[in-house]
Amino acid sequence: MLKTFKLGGVHPAENKLSADKAIEKLALPKSVFIPVAQHIGAPAQALVKKGDQVKAGQLIAQSGGFVSANIHSSVSGTVKKIDLSPDSSGYPKQGIFIDVEGDEWAEGIDTSDKLVEKFEADSKKIIDKINAAGIVGLGGATFPTHVKLMPPQGMTAEMLLINGVECEPYLTSDHRVMLEKAPELLVGIRLLMCALEVKKAYIGIENNKPDAIAHLQKLTASDASIEVVPLKVKYPQGGEKQLIKAVTGREVPSGALPIAVGAVVNNVGTALAVYEAVQKNKPLVERVVTITGKSVAKPSNFLVRIGTPVQELIDAAGGLPEDAGKIISGGPMMGKAIASTTVPVTKGTSGILIMQDKEAKREQMKTCIRCTRCVTVCPMGLEPYYLMTVSDKKLWEKAEEQHIMDCIECGSCSYTCPADRPLLDYIRLGKGKVGSIIRSRKN
Amino acid sequence: MSDTIIYTMIALSAIGILAAVILYFVAQKFKVYEDPRIDEVENALPGANCGGCGYAGCRAFAEACVKENDLSDLFCPVGGNDCMGDVAGVLGLEAVQQDPRVAVVRCNGSCEHRPKTNQYDGASSCAAAASLYSGDTGCQFGCLSHGDCVAACDFDALHMNPETGLPEVVDDKCIACGACVEACPKTLIELRKRGPKDRKIFVSCRNEDKGGVAKKSCAVACIGCSKCFKVCPFDAITMNNNLAFIDSDKCKLCRKCVVECPTNAIIEVGFPPRKIKTDLPPKPAVKKEAVVKPESTASEEKKTENLD
Amino acid sequence: MSKLLTISPSPHVHTSDSVNKIMYRVLLALVPALAWSVFMFGFEAIRVTLLAVAACMAFEFLIQKFLLKEVPQITDGSAALTGILLAFNVPASLPSWMIIVGALVAIGVGKLSFGGLGNNPFNPALVGRVFLLISFPVHMTSWPVTQHAAVDALTTATPLALLKEGVKAGQPVSEVMLNLPSNMDLLYGNMPGSLGEISALFLLLGFAYMVWKKVITWHIPVFVLGTIFIFQGALWMLNPENFIEPVFHLLTGGAMLGAIFMATDMVTSPMTVKGQLIFGVGIGVLTVLIRNFGAYPEGISFAILIMNGFTPLINAYIKPKRFGGTK
Repeated sequence: MLKTFKLGGVHPAENKLSADKAIEKLALPKSVFIPVAQHIGAPAQALVKKGDQVKAGQLIAQSGGFVSANIHSSVSGTVKKIDLSPDSSGYPKQGIFIDVEGDEWAEGIDTSDKLVEKFEADSKKIIDKINAAGIVGLGGATFPTHVKLMPPQGMTAEMLLINGVECEPYLTSDHRVMLEKAPELLVGIRLLMCALEVKKAYIGIENNKPDAIAHLQKLTASDASIEVVPLKVKYPQGGEKQLIKAVTGREVPSGALPIAVGAVVNNVGTALAVYEAVQKNKPLVERVVTITGKSVAKPSNFLVRIGTPVQELIDAAGGLPEDAGKIISGGPMMGKAIASTTVPVTKGTSGILIMQDKEAKREQMKTCIRCTRCVTVCPMGLEPYYLMTVSDKKLWEKAEEQHIMDCIECGSCSYTCPADRPLLDYIRLGKGKVGSIIRSRKN
Repeated sequence: MSDTIIYTMIALSAIGILAAVILYFVAQKFKVYEDPRIDEVENALPGANCGGCGYAGCRAFAEACVKENDLSDLFCPVGGNDCMGDVAGVLGLEAVQQDPRVAVVRCNGSCEHRPKTNQYDGASSCAAAASLYSGDTGCQFGCLSHGDCVAACDFDALHMNPETGLPEVVDDKCIACGACVEACPKTLIELRKRGPKDRKIFVSCRNEDKGGVAKKSCAVACIGCSKCFKVCPFDAITMNNNLAFIDSDKCKLCRKCVVECPTNAIIEVGFPPRKIKTDLPPKPAVKKEAVVKPESTASEEKKTENLD
Repeated sequence: MSKLLTISPSPHVHTSDSVNKIMYRVLLALVPALAWSVFMFGFEAIRVTLLAVAACMAFEFLIQKFLLKEVPQITDGSAALTGILLAFNVPASLPSWMIIVGALVAIGVGKLSFGGLGNNPFNPALVGRVFLLISFPVHMTSWPVTQHAAVDALTTATPLALLKEGVKAGQPVSEVMLNLPSNMDLLYGNMPGSLGEISALFLLLGFAYMVWKKVITWHIPVFVLGTIFIFQGALWMLNPENFIEPVFHLLTGGAMLGAIFMATDMVTSPMTVKGQLIFGVGIGVLTVLIRNFGAYPEGISFAILIMNGFTPLINAYIKPKRFGGTK
């Protein structure tokens, strides 16, 4: 019997089209646009100006606070301008445009493939390096990693959880990293364990990746401190709280952070970035991105420099299909639809999914027949049908009473609704409103 | 038999008296003193319970009027000056006269002016769309056309024009309660002073992008060229973030800015047609003279109206 | 790019399930029981069913189009389902005009007056059935003899009615039981009764299909039937002379039809499993009470309608278990 979380969950068609495609290096683009806000928290402050020469790996924007992250140039070339341009949110964001010239790396960065296993076991130094490298959660939430590694006063981490679940359909970037970069990944995990001063790490992997499970189990056979935990395939197992519940059986209390139950969760991509930052001195300037879709000629996994326009990926995967109806940055359950292919790949871009016309459109909404499916699948034990109604009617107090803020926006309710009701659209709206009411109450 | 009747009468009377005494004391104990003037003020109010005054309803507003003992910050937009006069009469206070206001939609980005750059396919709510992304056109400041404002209006004064995809205010019905102003996530709706004969001149744009970007996304966007700012004789126009704004309290409706605007972002409503129509080019720089003329008549006209 | 891309909030994929599919699957689940009815009652069963379905769909269409001025939604299958369930709940010999009246009440009063699909507090088919039962008690309790019975009569009494009369007349249950069909007959449906309720076996087949296709969960039927079994069993243990053994009550009357197809109506049943437990137990207890102590021999229709009335209350107070909840 495989482990999984207990409450709710759905199982959308997996469609892992690019699962057996090895990671390829994407050719350098002509120019990149690197937004200064690619993470949760304060935007970084640009350090360069128009006309400056930069090298790959060079710091170009300084972290803007504790919850913030450094931004490094992903290419070498000339700063063309610092201006607004839309990122995947659709809103224009401040960022640095760089024209690519050659591929020269800043000094001290080891770009070779040589595995460096030995490291100095000093928590503070590791965290400082992670902070300097601008590493954020690569699963998509983009929360600055160094913040996660410093538990608040009075709380201690007991274990590290590595999220190799990749429960989103289509996406395979984490899967490929686990297969191809396993030794580096394991060093990254040890570094994270050392930084957190914990003795135990679990790698949670869904059972639809048996090759990754077997591979990592083989490599960790001699190391009792790292355990690979195969999990039953169920969405949203990659959600922090669900993963902790699935692996350890502990339940993060409502409104609390995972550290409240002694767990810190990091994505496999993040762990790899940690390895490169600490062992190779290489800041976070590239990541693995899946480009996929039913009509895409060559679904692939690319190693992409941050700031590369999405169009470059699409071209490399065989061009935009005729019947493309929607382009999604991220997976189909939680990703964001983008309006233009000029938006850049950022630290949080785990995949680009191109949906066909016929998949892209939603069905007409019908009346709720109270079939209870949304309640059954909600992994947080909420009542989506009710939250939608109160959000639509602007009954914010009732929404708060019914714990709308617990919603993790996984989309299981909208996914499963047979009446095609946009449950999450309204819940998200209500959540935003209730959140601002709560904040204003605190002030 | 008669005994039974007597006992019954005595018992019932006793219970009745006891209950009356209990009721009396309870009523005394829990008596809530309420200023009788609250009821009077409430009666003077229109009873729309729209919340346009900023209070939960007419009753709450009446309580506030009585409690504040000063009407300078309190105004009922539905009842207007007459109603506030009545309220002031009840309380023996002075009401502050306020100019009647009307809601104005500051976006003219119809389908024709502002081409779509993507199709939105989600919950039909401006708030939901705005929290998702910048909108289905190149302009991130413009109307999203899902009609949150129309839904918010209790007075049937806002309607969606299916052709332009923009909301339109029915001036006669609008009482300037401000519900639509709150509802619009793009803050496109403004309460402006109601001009004579419902005339108004306003910048029908909220685009703060640089001129080129704005113009590219919408044909009638304000490009922040400041021409109107320079031409305005009454200092009614301010420039901020590449966007002109006409202060309705200062504007004398002279219409000079309207012809000056190179993108027709400034809109005039309710004026008679200009006399020299043929000479009115979209590029006003050509004929300054011809343009000035109708303006002066317009402002004169306006002055006379102001007198009555 | 010439073509405009679509933008919508996540999630971007959707299950292939739809309201229509749910409705048609329930209809499919009713087919075995319907086939058995046709076998038992012949042409009359077809007449009643077709008429009820046609009348329900026609009323829904006409009322939505001309009275409510809405776009008619008859293709969603819910009106057809109401029609079939109504037909299942009446004797196969019911006059045609009564069926039409029942359909009008079911659709007009039971469903559309509350706002149509999804808003009706009571199961529409049961509203129609109970209306007919109260208005035309004679017709509604004249059960046609099944085609394969050896008796030479036009109408007969249901096992539940026989039991009730016997007990009323002061006969001990053991004596009454001699006149009743065996449990085996009851199981596959060799007994008089309402059109669709007679074969427990084929109704259970439909139940299995619906659970397999995830149209419904097992909870409500099991709670209802379990409660009937336990409660009646307790009464039987206390006094076997006055109360019959529980399996009889599970297999007779509308117990199976009600528990599997009527109580599980999504619109009128609670949202949470805990709520469904209260709902199911309530139906079971009320059914046993009405059957044993009430004026009517059968009580599950009333029991379901009464518990339908409690559903909003249950939904308001019984909340699902929250992840990380303190309580």
